[in-house]
Amino acid sequence: MSDKSDVLGAIIARQHHREGPLLPILNDVQAELGCIDAESEALIARGLNISRADVHGVVSFYHDYKPKADARPVLQICRAEACKARGVEQLIKAASNAAGERVKIETVYCLGLCSAGPSARTGDDLHIRLDEQAIIKLVENA
Amino acid sequence: MTVVRISDDALARAGGADKLAAAFEKKGCEVQRTSSWGMHWLEPLVEIDGKGFGPATLDDVDAILDGSSDKAIGTIEEHPFIATQTRITFKRAGKTRPLSLEDYEATGGWAGLKRARQIGSEAIVEEVKHSGLRGRGGAGFPTGIKWDTVMKAPGPKKDIVCNADEGDSGTFADRMAMEGDPFALIEGMAIAGEAVGADQGYIYLRSEYPDAIRKLNAALDLCADIIAPFKCEVRVGAGAYVCGEETSLLNSLEGKRGEVRAKPPLPALEGFLGRPTVVNNVLSLQAVPHILMEGGAEQYKNAGFGRSRGTMPIQLAGNIKHGGLYEVGFGITLGELVSDIGGDTASGRPVKAVQVGGPLGAYIHPDQFDIEFDYETYTAAEALIGHGGVTVFDDTADMLEMARFAMEFCSIESCGKCTPCRIGSVRGLEILDRIREGGRERDVIELAPQMHNTKKDAGCDAGDEIGLLTDLCETMKFGSLCALGGFTPYPVMSALRQWPEDFGSNPEMVQQTLEKGLG
Repeated sequence: MSDKSDVLGAIIARQHHREGPLLPILNDVQAELGCIDAESEALIARGLNISRADVHGVVSFYHDYKPKADARPVLQICRAEACKARGVEQLIKAASNAAGERVKIETVYCLGLCSAGPSARTGDDLHIRLDEQAIIKLVENA
Repeated sequence: MTVVRISDDALARAGGADKLAAAFEKKGCEVQRTSSWGMHWLEPLVEIDGKGFGPATLDDVDAILDGSSDKAIGTIEEHPFIATQTRITFKRAGKTRPLSLEDYEATGGWAGLKRARQIGSEAIVEEVKHSGLRGRGGAGFPTGIKWDTVMKAPGPKKDIVCNADEGDSGTFADRMAMEGDPFALIEGMAIAGEAVGADQGYIYLRSEYPDAIRKLNAALDLCADIIAPFKCEVRVGAGAYVCGEETSLLNSLEGKRGEVRAKPPLPALEGFLGRPTVVNNVLSLQAVPHILMEGGAEQYKNAGFGRSRGTMPIQLAGNIKHGGLYEVGFGITLGELVSDIGGDTASGRPVKAVQVGGPLGAYIHPDQFDIEFDYETYTAAEALIGHGGVTVFDDTADMLEMARFAMEFCSIESCGKCTPCRIGSVRGLEILDRIREGGRERDVIELAPQMHNTKKDAGCDAGDEIGLLTDLCETMKFGSLCALGGFTPYPVMSALRQWPEDFGSNPEMVQQTLEKGLG
């Protein structure tokens, strides 16, 4: 038994009693393994007695699920309307330059901090009122 | 010992409230972490004996304690931003500790549920109908009628689903409600369960709200015995905007792709796993405990305007000086909201446009600032209230770019089920790029002699492209399955109509094309 099937087995055992268990399982797998690859999809499909196509269809639908793990730190920057109105677009270039290949910059649409943008998220930490200096610092500390 | 109250709302924490709280503790103060008052430009806001100081930083700690701080704003409850509100849904905002059962009970918590259990399901539904409460998620459907349908629907098992997938940019009232007053939402769901005969509730919460997930889970653990036999659990989404649409949300909850379902059947009759299901927005359910209190329905109904009864938690966002949560009875004008209460733009530049109702809402020109906040008035003006988000833009905004973003957003977030939305949004994006370039020339394939049915002229000018965009928007509006494709034309067309100068060098041409299209 590989580590992966142990982890998946534990997650499925923990969640399968729920009504509609697939999303809770996928959320846990993404959080614990950093991705949901083909092997995981097959194991989940077997665990829930549904087809691999069903699982893959769901995995590929949602933005949060990644097919490949990426060990880099992630900075999520909100680029929706309210943050645009507060000038997030002018910060993107500075953030990307500071990030280079080391940090992954992702776009999210709305962190619910719309009155105090531009806003960003690292892990479960949120950041508001970002300017160029602040966002570069965030990238450097990511 | 000095008691210092600092919010533990996600926005205050993002602004450094945790460090500030630690600094006050180090000075020997007792720190209470409360919900947020909703004055976001002042967060983190420090409250001592009812007086506020904000936005506070670590450097302000000593001055606040010795009374010499220049961040003082006076008594918080008398601040014009708070004093002019009618807070019902957010009656505890700023006043209680979110996870304190003691605070919740002391402020009237569980009274609605107790009374609901006494009066029984039909009377509950009657009270909700009487209050005039309409769904706060955007569509404005009367909540009482929805509950009535589920109550009368046959079936051994029914469910209550709370739509907490607040994906609209410019909205944060659900987040604040869940973080600041989680027991009220749970009580609202338990009352809904009592009304329709359901014993299971699900809160579908987006993954972008880590603080709300944590707090609701903690709150559910604390009050499990109180709401029993009703059970409730949090289900976390996975970053799909479209899952805020109720049928898509139900599919997601069932563990499927978040694709929209065709209606009918209505979720009220065939919802989660085919069972009769109440799907309500956070704010709708949050208003319920108050409505069910003795005389609450009448009081709720008396705030409001026309057929829009009660209060609306309005969210002032974007480039606005005094951003935050403003709960008030319907009927307030947009000008009052943006200028008098919001203090115009944060940048100090003139207001150019205001988008009401999130990414699918129309852009409103300052000329229309006398429009009253009311479902019917907005619909008549080709706009929507949606979830009550008000996003302000200053004169640096490029409205062609914003129209383009609306199409781009729709193309990224479309569930793919219906063609007008899935393909129309991509075509719309391309057309808007061509409008920026002033049209296009015919390409090699079109000019090839074998292509008998293509035009061999000089190509499309910007006017032709605008005609095409108008036509496309018409198709999306009437041909899409849900509001994502159906309402994306609102921001696009409102931008085009009111800021034609942003759509090319010849605004008259844009106007003429639009008039031709409408005729």
